[in-house]
Amino acid sequence: MSTIVLEGVTKRFGDHLASDKIDLVIPNRGFTVFVGPSGCGKTTLLRLIAGLEDIDTGRLLIDGVDMAHTSPAARGLAMVFQSYALYPHMTVRANLGFALRVAGRPKAEIAERVERVALMLNLNLLLDRRPAALSGGQRQRVAIGRALVREPRAFLFDEPLSNLDAELRAQMRFEIRRLQQELGITAVYVTHDQAEAMTMADQIVVFRDGRIEQVGTPLEIYRAPANQFVAGFIGSPRMNFLGGPFALEHHAATIGIRPQHLSLDPRGALKATVETIEHLGSESFAHVRLESGEHLVARCAPELELSPGAAVGLLTDDRFVHRFDAEGQALPVGVASIRTKAAACI
Amino acid sequence: MRARNTSSIVVTALAWCAALTVAFPLLWALLTSFKTELEAASFPPQFLRFAWTLDNYRVVMADGDYFASLRNSLVIAGGSSALALLLGVPAAWAMAFAPTARTRGTLLWMLSTKMLPPVGVLIPVYLFYRDWGLLDSAFGVALLLAAGNLPIAVWMLFSNFRDVPAEILEAARIDGASMLQELVIVLAPMALPGLASTFFLIFTLAWNEAFWTLNLTSVDAAPLTAFIAAFSSPQGLFWARLSAASMLSIAPVLVIGWFCQRQLVRGLTFGAVK
Repeated sequence: MSTIVLEGVTKRFGDHLASDKIDLVIPNRGFTVFVGPSGCGKTTLLRLIAGLEDIDTGRLLIDGVDMAHTSPAARGLAMVFQSYALYPHMTVRANLGFALRVAGRPKAEIAERVERVALMLNLNLLLDRRPAALSGGQRQRVAIGRALVREPRAFLFDEPLSNLDAELRAQMRFEIRRLQQELGITAVYVTHDQAEAMTMADQIVVFRDGRIEQVGTPLEIYRAPANQFVAGFIGSPRMNFLGGPFALEHHAATIGIRPQHLSLDPRGALKATVETIEHLGSESFAHVRLESGEHLVARCAPELELSPGAAVGLLTDDRFVHRFDAEGQALPVGVASIRTKAAACI
Repeated sequence: MRARNTSSIVVTALAWCAALTVAFPLLWALLTSFKTELEAASFPPQFLRFAWTLDNYRVVMADGDYFASLRNSLVIAGGSSALALLLGVPAAWAMAFAPTARTRGTLLWMLSTKMLPPVGVLIPVYLFYRDWGLLDSAFGVALLLAAGNLPIAVWMLFSNFRDVPAEILEAARIDGASMLQELVIVLAPMALPGLASTFFLIFTLAWNEAFWTLNLTSVDAAPLTAFIAAFSSPQGLFWARLSAASMLSIAPVLVIGWFCQRQLVRGLTFGAVK
């Protein structure tokens, strides 16, 4: 139940700039997801917030108090690690109660709080087991429980689901989100999986090379990516990019168009050959190659029977064309039509 | 299936051969310790068909002060090992979990001190010990052996700690554990097998150490190495008695090794991290 504010947070590892003057507000009770390719600095920033790494310069305000140089424990944050990091020599009960034990809380209080959290997470029958005797999903729940028992000001999650299989991951994704909403605790969640970011976040923060590329709600980022990197990173299958004459038509250096805004239509101006078709059941994706050599993906109806080598035309839905300048920055929507008119006036 | 059986028989036979080769001198000394001096010196030697006797043990116990030497050995080996662990654990912990650019160099430098022949520093150490009244004191020898074994202890603990996932210690830190709690409640139980094997190794090394113990002790602090040595020189070689003295010196380490065994093989960290 806290707002976390980062002001100019910078961290270097030798010559490598892991966090470059990060300014960010992590809103109270919100679910903020840090997303980006590996090595982009998202985990480093989480560890800086947790206090596991020292901030070089900048301020870290938790509820208005600068905690940039406070010990991890005193920040009142709880963290769930990728590897779960359970204490292997302790039972589930001792794992859950560890923070309270080292804080010197009375035994009765520890037992009561552990019991309550165990019930909440369906761990009550496993309390006397050791981590080695638990399944991956159960260990994950113990790790979350250990964070919950402390009644932290905020949760920090470091890729907590990456060790689980796909089915369990989808289930835990939902569980974590439900728990966070019920308890109304601020959460920061690190992942490299854009689908996880889209489904869980109230606020997504996209990172690259130690910098923030864009902050926004999942739909804002999806609909109006700030640059070509974000456009390519968020959304699956990824956005198609085209340069050359097609981009020039839209007065841009590069244009981006998502597979669902590209339809197979003989009237389409883009002529291509089918390479493969991916059938997902509810929809299919056609991988095609343009005459100019570019590879594109277009969504098509699953009933469509196409064989590799077939010649097709592609129709773009101009309302959903994203335009980028030579540096990859997004150009405002609608400028294309204005420019066309201006050119006509001259 | 048959090929597998044959190969496993061969491997087992080879393993037994190797084990017997390594253990042969010990087993031979064990047999010799039950012979009379005459039989011990006879050639060709008798393997099992001789008059078994406990006389050598009786003579050895009566002649030398076995229990005083045993106590000194325990104090020296136990004290030096405890001291080496006390210094080695925090050192290895710091190097394993908070390495700096110089950590590797420090480790190599520590190891390099073991490449110096001890006799090279015998005179300075001897003079220093004489002036400080540490000659013939169990404490003095323990101190020296602790220093000598420290590099080995740090290396072993370092590689052991490196197998402990750092995230578990970070979790403890976030959970509010103090540095001492982190070391004692979290790290030590996880590293117990490593701590036990390190302790056992440096204990055995100190127990067997014969250069410093012989040179720096005379009467009061003489450990079992000096006890054995005492049987080798004065009246010529008495093989049977010497063997009995050796057996008596080895026995305590075997007992301690037996007790440590359970810890040595226990893998506690399993299941902590996926």
